[in-house]
Amino acid sequence: MTLQRLHLDKFLLYALLILAGVSLLLVYSSTGKSLGATAAHAMRLALGFGVLILMAQLRPETLERWSPWIYAAAMALALAVLALGVIGKGAQRWLSLGVLRFQPSELMKLALPMMLAWFFVRQGLPPRQWRLGVAVLILLVPVGLIAKQPDLGTAALVLAGGVTVLFLAGMSWRIIVFLAVALAAATPFAWHFLHDYQRNRILTLLDPQSDPLGRGYHTIQSMIAVGSGGFYGKGWLNSTQAHLEYLPESHTDFVFAVFAEEFGLIGSLLLLVVYALIVARGFWIAYLAQDSYTRLLAGSLSVSFFLHFFINIGMVTGILPVVGIPLPVMSYGGTSIVTLMAGFGVLMSIHTHRRIVEK
Amino acid sequence: MRVRHAGVAHPVRTWLVLGFLLSVLGLLATRAVYLQIFNADYLQSQGKQRHSRVLKDNSHRGMILDRFGAPLAVSTPVDSVWAHPATLAENRKDWGRLGALLGLSARELRELLARHEGREFMYLRRHVPPELAEKVMALGIDGVALQREYRRYYPLGPVAGHALGFTNVDDQGQEGIELAYDDWLRAVPGQRRVLRDLHGNTVELVESMVLPVPGKDLQVSLDRRIQYLAYRELKAAVERHRARAGSAVVLDARSGEVLALVNEPDFNPNNRTNLKSQVFRNRAVTDVFEPGSTLKPFTIAAALESGQFNARSMIDTSGGALTVNGRTIHDTHAYAALTVAGVIEKSSNVGAAKIALALNKRDHYSLLRRAGFGSSTGIRLPGEVFGQLRSPESWVPIEQATIAFGYGISATPLQLARAYAMLANGGVSLPVTMLRQTGAPVGERVLTERTTREVRAMLELAVSAEGTGAGAQVPDYRVAGKTGTVRKLTSQGYSEDKYVAWFAGIAPASNPRLVMVVAVDEPRSGGYFGGQVAAPVFSRVMAGALRLLDIPADAPRGAPSRPVLLVKNVGSAHAEPAQ
Repeated sequence: MTLQRLHLDKFLLYALLILAGVSLLLVYSSTGKSLGATAAHAMRLALGFGVLILMAQLRPETLERWSPWIYAAAMALALAVLALGVIGKGAQRWLSLGVLRFQPSELMKLALPMMLAWFFVRQGLPPRQWRLGVAVLILLVPVGLIAKQPDLGTAALVLAGGVTVLFLAGMSWRIIVFLAVALAAATPFAWHFLHDYQRNRILTLLDPQSDPLGRGYHTIQSMIAVGSGGFYGKGWLNSTQAHLEYLPESHTDFVFAVFAEEFGLIGSLLLLVVYALIVARGFWIAYLAQDSYTRLLAGSLSVSFFLHFFINIGMVTGILPVVGIPLPVMSYGGTSIVTLMAGFGVLMSIHTHRRIVEK
Repeated sequence: MRVRHAGVAHPVRTWLVLGFLLSVLGLLATRAVYLQIFNADYLQSQGKQRHSRVLKDNSHRGMILDRFGAPLAVSTPVDSVWAHPATLAENRKDWGRLGALLGLSARELRELLARHEGREFMYLRRHVPPELAEKVMALGIDGVALQREYRRYYPLGPVAGHALGFTNVDDQGQEGIELAYDDWLRAVPGQRRVLRDLHGNTVELVESMVLPVPGKDLQVSLDRRIQYLAYRELKAAVERHRARAGSAVVLDARSGEVLALVNEPDFNPNNRTNLKSQVFRNRAVTDVFEPGSTLKPFTIAAALESGQFNARSMIDTSGGALTVNGRTIHDTHAYAALTVAGVIEKSSNVGAAKIALALNKRDHYSLLRRAGFGSSTGIRLPGEVFGQLRSPESWVPIEQATIAFGYGISATPLQLARAYAMLANGGVSLPVTMLRQTGAPVGERVLTERTTREVRAMLELAVSAEGTGAGAQVPDYRVAGKTGTVRKLTSQGYSEDKYVAWFAGIAPASNPRLVMVVAVDEPRSGGYFGGQVAAPVFSRVMAGALRLLDIPADAPRGAPSRPVLLVKNVGSAHAEPAQ
């Protein structure tokens, strides 16, 4: 059929289209019925779907071959951003390319799992000894760069994507346990390296009422919005928290609060189901993948996507600290939609370029 | 299948990852259920607390109209600046600009905020001019808004200050009619629930919980033209005689309606800043004086009613002095004997005392009581006092004798006016009212028609050229009235130099329509007699009022003067004089 010939996966495509449709309604509502913002969001979605279709056409082999170069480019951009940040004396996440502002850390979300998968496939599986050391370097250097920007949310996402590859590649349990213990031991030290505002976010999570008008404000307001939705929700366009400007970032990072207030528990659970189905489909693609590179990559991309919406919804519902991670597809603005769609393009490519040699 | 997974076969790990993801997903779902089901009510109320607010919805107070519908008190919309304390407390940077406009220093603002901590509403400044309100709103400070309120405006200014009273900044009646009829005039504020945005601005009306009910208009009995006349003439007299204070009341004799009620010193209800509460005294109802000679007609009426006397009965006035219980009563001019009519005309204390001593004190008391002394006039103005009229059981002869000429009894100017209105109204006493009456009032008969006619005829003599009240004459009209000059009672007994000058009168005498009482307290120059100080006020106001009300003249110029005829016909021609 046509979709197959376009190398598109029907299941993923429909699920993404549903999300895109809902996101347009939501952006319209949360921007105070701004047609301009809704149109801009539609444009971005269209761009995303365009990238998706393009990526789906790339054969996985090609992708695999390009992996190191893409990784290198992403590293270079991340360094460039850091350099600009030093010059500009402040947080720098953007690289201005004339009209388009580009966030290199976004590219790393794709580039790092590709690189790791490429590396492991070449060095043999499961990874052992010095190869593991190299893999950890490949992983930690870009994560460190992104964390330095500072963009802790994205760093965590990139890290998680990489760790997934390591884990699925068969890293020995002994090392995993060792790393887990080391991580736990390092946590108190890591505390010292956090910026004040990052520490506050974590403290606030533990007790949002400690400063309800200051640091706890976002969390409290978004929890109020979510809770106000109740079982059935207030209905589309009826979110008071968002419309009365009580909820900051209501159309970007906190868009789920608006969704939950307007569509209630039913809407929230349905949305979770759609997200879960997308992730499940990603894993199914990984399961059906015919070589290690594609399997590792598909698994990593699926986990990344999952973490993406989990962190966002966790933050909005007050179980995770406030980090600047948008809700995939739904949130207004940002370059994340492009990388996200590119990722789904890769997944579709992996799925549709299988050599049919069953039975 | 196994083959396809060769080399990367980690089904356990895949399941672990899937299990991890599923449990995390379950966590999110649980959290959603927790927030949206179990915590929903609490969070909803938290949200409502933040964005919904109940505001007061003011409406205007009823108008006060004079008897012809002219506005005497009107409510005009005005804005008050208020703030949401918590929001304003955060906007510390805006305090300077706000304070500069409203005249509040940073310290005052801080104290104001401290006092309203935890509240939802506080006034910054009440009743600001529109330009200032506009400037304040132009600042666009979060948490500062305007509240529509109403302030009272009194077109007559000081002319009707005491009668109308005034309201406070919260639109509640404080004095006069504004207080007496506050329940009627008052608006009932409504309530509406609004949505507010983060900045405290009202975004939309959710519901009008209680609709505001505007106050009802009130038509009062005052005639603003007569009110003005009375105001002008009383003020002039008080100034001319450098008096301490004064009151004047004009009643409609047939209905008991108050057509005018003024006091000096006066005040402008539109601008009450820096005024002493003393000037707010509505002396016509709150201050009592001994009525003096103005009470004599009631002694005479009691005498006539008793059947022991008629107008021609001769009274031995003992050469102007009478000793009762060891105290001596004097007359200003000594007469050997006077007719009953002459006692009024010449204002003989001795004559009045002699008559009173011959009367049954219970009957005498009863008449005074039913004429309204010692009890409420029925007017509902705040602060009314009833004066002193002791029960007859305690009367000793000297007391009965002095009450006959108005000492040992006290009354407000309004009480005296009501009693004269009874004389004017053929002996039927009516309650006094500040409200315009439409139906016929129900009164109580105190005297016979015949007695009042006779007393009025005597009172006409008192205003004749030979009487003490000649100054009260009104061109073209016949006037019946009585002067009074009372030594003021001080803590050291009766004062030698402090007087109250009274005049109480009725016009036109042939067909009474209006009653007026004038009391001037402590006149200090240009004479102090009632006939000199109070009677001219009566004359001027009455002259204007009679014409304003289009009341037919009963003694047109050129026609023979009636009082002269009456003197000759005393006792025989006491019937209604022919025109």
